[in-house]
Amino acid sequence: MSTHAPKGVGHLRGDEPFPAAAKVALANPQLRRNLQHATTTIRGKSGRVIAELPDWQELRSAGSALKAYTMANLPRLLEQLEEKVTAAGGVVHWAADATEANRIVTDLVRRTGEQRVIKVKSMATQEIGLNEALEEAGITPVETDLAELIVQLGHDKPSHILVPAIHRNRSEIREIFLREMPGVDPDLTDNPPDLAGAARRYLRETFLSTRVAVSGANFGVAETGTLAVVESEGNGRMCLTLPDTLITVMGIEKVVPAWADLEVFLQLLPRASTGERMNPYTSMWTGVTPGDGPQNFHLVLLDNGRTAVLADEVGRQALHCIRCSACLNVCPVYERTGGHAYGSVYPGPIGAVLSPQLTGVEDNSSLPYASSLCGACFDACPVKIDIPSILVHLRNQAPHPRSEKAAMAAAAYAMDRPRVYERAQKAARIAKLLGKRGRGLPPPLNGWAASRDLPEPPAETFRDWWRGR
Amino acid sequence: MSSKNLILRRIREALGDNPAQPEIPRDYRRAAEAPVDLDLLVERLEDYKAVVHRTSDISDAISRIVGDGQVVAPPGVPVEWLPRGSKTDNGLTAAEIAESDGVVTAAAVAIVETGTIVLDASPDQGRRILSLLPDLHICVLRPDQVVASVPEAVARLTPGRPLTWISGPSATSDIELNRVEGVHGPRNLHIVLVEEAA
Repeated sequence: MSTHAPKGVGHLRGDEPFPAAAKVALANPQLRRNLQHATTTIRGKSGRVIAELPDWQELRSAGSALKAYTMANLPRLLEQLEEKVTAAGGVVHWAADATEANRIVTDLVRRTGEQRVIKVKSMATQEIGLNEALEEAGITPVETDLAELIVQLGHDKPSHILVPAIHRNRSEIREIFLREMPGVDPDLTDNPPDLAGAARRYLRETFLSTRVAVSGANFGVAETGTLAVVESEGNGRMCLTLPDTLITVMGIEKVVPAWADLEVFLQLLPRASTGERMNPYTSMWTGVTPGDGPQNFHLVLLDNGRTAVLADEVGRQALHCIRCSACLNVCPVYERTGGHAYGSVYPGPIGAVLSPQLTGVEDNSSLPYASSLCGACFDACPVKIDIPSILVHLRNQAPHPRSEKAAMAAAAYAMDRPRVYERAQKAARIAKLLGKRGRGLPPPLNGWAASRDLPEPPAETFRDWWRGR
Repeated sequence: MSSKNLILRRIREALGDNPAQPEIPRDYRRAAEAPVDLDLLVERLEDYKAVVHRTSDISDAISRIVGDGQVVAPPGVPVEWLPRGSKTDNGLTAAEIAESDGVVTAAAVAIVETGTIVLDASPDQGRRILSLLPDLHICVLRPDQVVASVPEAVARLTPGRPLTWISGPSATSDIELNRVEGVHGPRNLHIVLVEEAA
């Protein structure tokens, strides 16, 4: 019996349905300008470095097949990963859901006696609400990724998988730093290198004095027990190298079968994600290395609804996602609404298929509709996840309002009967009097018309014209 | 039931339809097609703001980069490469490493296509903290360590070792999705690419 991610913990469910949340975002012109600027930049960069590789399509096919193979062999690969990590001196924990993962991590930190942890940006720990759980236990989590720091200092929520502060421009970031960063230079400019330098100075001492780190993982190699974190700033290297204890939380779908398989994903991920030939830093470690890096290593393998996704033959390919966020950057809906409207830590097209499956469709029933089904996400996905097909599949599972069924039945009845249809067309012309382009329709049809313009009914129907020839 | 058994049981039930076991198509480029192009490596390194020195005189290049500064180096780096006053890492503290002006290491592999160097914590590359805290990283690279592509690099590396893949100095794309150099890692990356003496 598969189980969805539990309610009341973590960040997979929004406070309001997508259309209501989107309305707020759409009314914010600064947000829309920031998003349009950022997504346009990244699309251009990514397109250029992808074009440099003559075998990009072959790499995508290999990545897609590797993920399908991984899902089909998941029990064996996870047990192999556990065996290899253990043999290399690590300790593996299994967490059935967010609550259990938070408890495991909190207990591990408590046992070290430390009151503070440094964190590498990780979608899994955001998903389970680990920061809140740690704070409740009196432990201070310090986000060290620049964008996460901007979000944390701004008392804000992440809005993008890769760049959680994509909704902020440089002058807003400067204001947040001036307001919230202790010891910041009051003459700080909004020049990006200056902003990066401010974060460097602010976090340096914290890196050197904190003895526990929490990370996610981009890949966990079953064959060797090697874990990999892909990053840019060096905050990841700091967290993975300096502390005594490292706790890594990894979704069970992140396992890859063999060491050599990294040759595929390390080409796909940076080019699709930040639009770089390679991201500045990638760290790989296998258990514990005496005299180098953390001497205590814990790996927490997280389910939290993933097995429920796996049980759906169509939807399971959402688990192939390598969190590059290319689908966000090309999505016309995301570009206008931003990430907050999706209500989950996984926004954009991949979020619209992943979040409802992790929680159960009934808890995120508006998300499969947060798409025009244009297909740009499918084209951009480095592992060829067919997001539009999963969206349609999930729409069929989402509960439909009874009024919609009645309207569809009425339309089918009218279209089967020429007389009735003709009368309906006449009525449509009269309905023009009710308001412009469907705006005056009575409930429940006004909901449908809220985001759509009805076509102007023609002055003369085809039937009238035919009769008059 | 333990959570491990619970999760494994859930997975086996979820896979009850016995999904297909796909063959992995490996028709992307895996092996070298031509001799490595060192000029392209330099171009790619410089494109991500690394500074490249092509020279046959390693110690001269290093002393010119370091100037009056004081560097640290892992025990496997030949002493003759290093300027006078350099410290060897025989258990330096984090503070001692952080205080130094730079670090000199060798590398395990470099990748032309991506402008990447990889350190594998061998004696001439040192523990990971050493190449992380100083603001200047000087990496000495021999031509025979250079491969054309990512698959060739993966094949050469030993997975059990701690590996650090480095492509340019520390950078971020977090401000308006533009690459900006200089956050937590070394803000200055110099590559000394060793050439045969003429």
